[in-house]
Amino acid sequence: MKRLKSLLISWEALLVLLLLIGVVIGSVLSPYFLSSFNLAYALPSNIMEIAIMALPMTLIIIAGEIDLSVASLLGLTSVVLGLLWQRGLPMWLAIGVALLVGLVAGCLNGLLVTKLALPSLVVTIGTLALFRGLAYVVLGDQAVSNFPTAFTNLGFGTIPGTELPWSSLIFVILVVIFVMVLHFSRWGRQLYAIGNNKEAARFSGINVSRVKLVLFILSGVIAALAGVIFTSRFSSARPDNAVGFELYVVTVVLLGGVNIFGGRGSLLGVVLAIFIVGVLQNVLGLVNISGDIQNLAIGLLLILSVLGPNIARRIQVLITRRRLVAGSPKQV
Amino acid sequence: MTTASQGVKHAKQRSQAGQARLLGLVSRVRELGLLIVLLLIVLTVGVQAPRFLSIDNFEQILLSVAILAIVAVGETLVVLTRNVDLSVGSMVGITAFVTAYFFKQLPGINLLLGILLGCALGLVLGMINGLIVSFGRVPAIVATLGTLYAYRGLVFIFSSNTTSQINASDVPSSYLALATTQIFGIPTLILIAAVIAIIVGYFLHALQTGRQLYAVGSNPDAANMIGIRRDWLVFAAFAASGLLCGLAGVLWGARFGTVDSTNATGLELAVIAAVVVGGVNIFGGSGTILGVMLGAIVLGTLQNALNILNVSQFWLQALYGAAIIGAVVLDAFITRWVQRTILSRRKKA
Repeated sequence: MKRLKSLLISWEALLVLLLLIGVVIGSVLSPYFLSSFNLAYALPSNIMEIAIMALPMTLIIIAGEIDLSVASLLGLTSVVLGLLWQRGLPMWLAIGVALLVGLVAGCLNGLLVTKLALPSLVVTIGTLALFRGLAYVVLGDQAVSNFPTAFTNLGFGTIPGTELPWSSLIFVILVVIFVMVLHFSRWGRQLYAIGNNKEAARFSGINVSRVKLVLFILSGVIAALAGVIFTSRFSSARPDNAVGFELYVVTVVLLGGVNIFGGRGSLLGVVLAIFIVGVLQNVLGLVNISGDIQNLAIGLLLILSVLGPNIARRIQVLITRRRLVAGSPKQV
Repeated sequence: MTTASQGVKHAKQRSQAGQARLLGLVSRVRELGLLIVLLLIVLTVGVQAPRFLSIDNFEQILLSVAILAIVAVGETLVVLTRNVDLSVGSMVGITAFVTAYFFKQLPGINLLLGILLGCALGLVLGMINGLIVSFGRVPAIVATLGTLYAYRGLVFIFSSNTTSQINASDVPSSYLALATTQIFGIPTLILIAAVIAIIVGYFLHALQTGRQLYAVGSNPDAANMIGIRRDWLVFAAFAASGLLCGLAGVLWGARFGTVDSTNATGLELAVIAAVVVGGVNIFGGSGTILGVMLGAIVLGTLQNALNILNVSQFWLQALYGAAIIGAVVLDAFITRWVQRTILSRRKKA
C-alpha cells in the first residue's frame, strides 16, 4: 500500500499525467494535433536536437556541473559544416570535421572546469558567447543552403515503412546507450557519487577530473551531432542556428526530475520530460504562437520545475510540524 | 611565558595583516592592470588611426559604455552575493520598449513620470527574480535563465498587441533629450552612470549593509550565522539589479530612439564580461565598482577600436566570450599564487 502510494506520487508519475494532459489539450485545441504526420514526424523532428543534447546534459547535471554552451556549439558546428561544404570538401569529411570541432570545444570546457577548478557555470557562459561569436566570425550574416540532397534527405526523410524521421532512430540508439551507461555501469554510479559529494568521491578513488572531462567532451560531440542534424533538417547553416536552445535542454533535464545540485535523477524522467516539452512546443506552434512567446512558456516551465517541488516540500514540512504540535505521534 | 604567547600573537596578527594587505594589493593590481591594458589599446589603435585619440571619440566611448555600466553596477551587487543575473538584457529590453511606448501614447506627460514608470517596472521584475531565488530556493542560474526568456517573451506579447517598433519620431523630444543634453559640457548619460557608480561604490565600501553583501558572498552560511539576513540581502541585490536595468532601459530608449522587441538582446554577456574583467570574483565576496567601471570602459574601448579599425562587428561577441574566460583563468592563477605566497609566509612565521 505504501509502495503504491509512493509510486503514484512519484515525479515520473506526475510527468506521465502532465504528458496526458498535454495530449488532451493539444487534441482539443488543434484538429491537426492527432494526425499521424504531426505525431510521428513534425513533433519528433522539432524536438530531436534538444532531445539528444539533453542526454549528456543529464549526466553533467547529475555530476554537479552544467553546460550552457551547447546551443552555441550547435550553431558553430553547423556553420563549420556549411563552410567546409561550400569550400568543396566532401560531405562525410565536413561532418567529420564538425564533430571534431565539437570534441575540441567540449575538451576546452572540460579542461577549464577540471584543470583550473573553475565553476562550469561561468566557463560555459563564456564559451556560450565565444562559440556563438566564432560562428558569426566564420560566416558573418551569410548562410549556406546548397547542401546535397543525400544529406538533406537525412533531415527530411523518414525511416522506410514509417513516418518517423531518421533522427528519431539516432535518438533511440543514444537513449539505450546512455541508459546502459548511467544506470547499469560502474561509471554511471560514479557520476552520482561525484554529484552527491565530490570530495568523498575523490577519496574513494574516483578520478573526478577525468570523469568530468569525459562528460564535457561527450556533451561537445553530441552538440556537434545535433548541429549536423539541425543543418540537414533545415538545409541551412546559419550562425544564429538554434539560438536559445540551452533553455530547452536545461528545462527538459530539470523537468525530468534531475536535481540541479547534482546526485539525483534518472533518464526515464528526462525522456518523459522531452515528450512533454515536445508536445508543448508542438501545440503552441499549431495554435500559431511564435517562437519568442513559446520561450516564455518554456522559461516559466523551467522555473516551476525547480520551484514546484521546493514549495511542495515546504508545505509538507509545515503540515508535519502542525501535526507534531497537535500531538499525534502516530503520524510522525 | 606571557611574552612568548604575546610574541606568537603578534606574529599571527602581523601575518594576518600581511594577508589582508596582499589581498588588497591583488585588487589594486587588477585596477592598475586594467589601466595598463586600456593604455596599450589606446596607444596601439591610436598609432594606426589618429582619430581614435580625439576628445570626441573618447566621449563616444564613454557614451556607449554608460548604459552598460549602469547595468553592470547592478550585476556586480548580485555577483558579490555569489549569484548571477542572466535576465538583465531582457529587463532592459522590456523597460526600454514599455517606456518608449508610454511616451508615444502620452507625449505631453511629465518626463519624470515616464522615468519612474520604467524604473518601477524594472524594480518589479528584479523583485520577482529575487523572490524566486531567495525565498523559492531556486538557484540563480535556473531562475534567471528562465526569466531571461520569460521577460523577453513578455516584450514580444506586448509588442504584438501594440506596435512592432517605436521610432524616434513617435516619442517627445524631451525624452530623447535625456541622452543628448549636457551639464557643464558633460553628457547627462555619462553623468548619470558616474553618479550611480559613485553612490553604489560608496555604499559597498563604507556602509554596513554594503559590507554585509561581501560577507554573504564570502561565506553565505557563516553570514547567516552571525545574524546577517542573507535571504533579504540576496533579494535586495536582485531587486537593485532590476531597478538599475529599469533606469538603463529608460536611457536605452532615449539614446537609440528606435526600439523594437529585440533590443538589448544578449546584453547579459557584455555585462557579465565587464563584471568579471573588472575583477569581481565569480565565487562572490570580492570586487570593486571602480574595477567594474574600468572593465566596462576597456570593453567599450575595444568595441570602438574594432569600429575604427574596420574590423567586423561580428568579432564582438567572440571577444566578450574570450574576455570572460580570460578573466576567470587569470583570476584562478592569481588566487593560486596568493595562496602559495600566504602559505610560504606562514611557514616562515
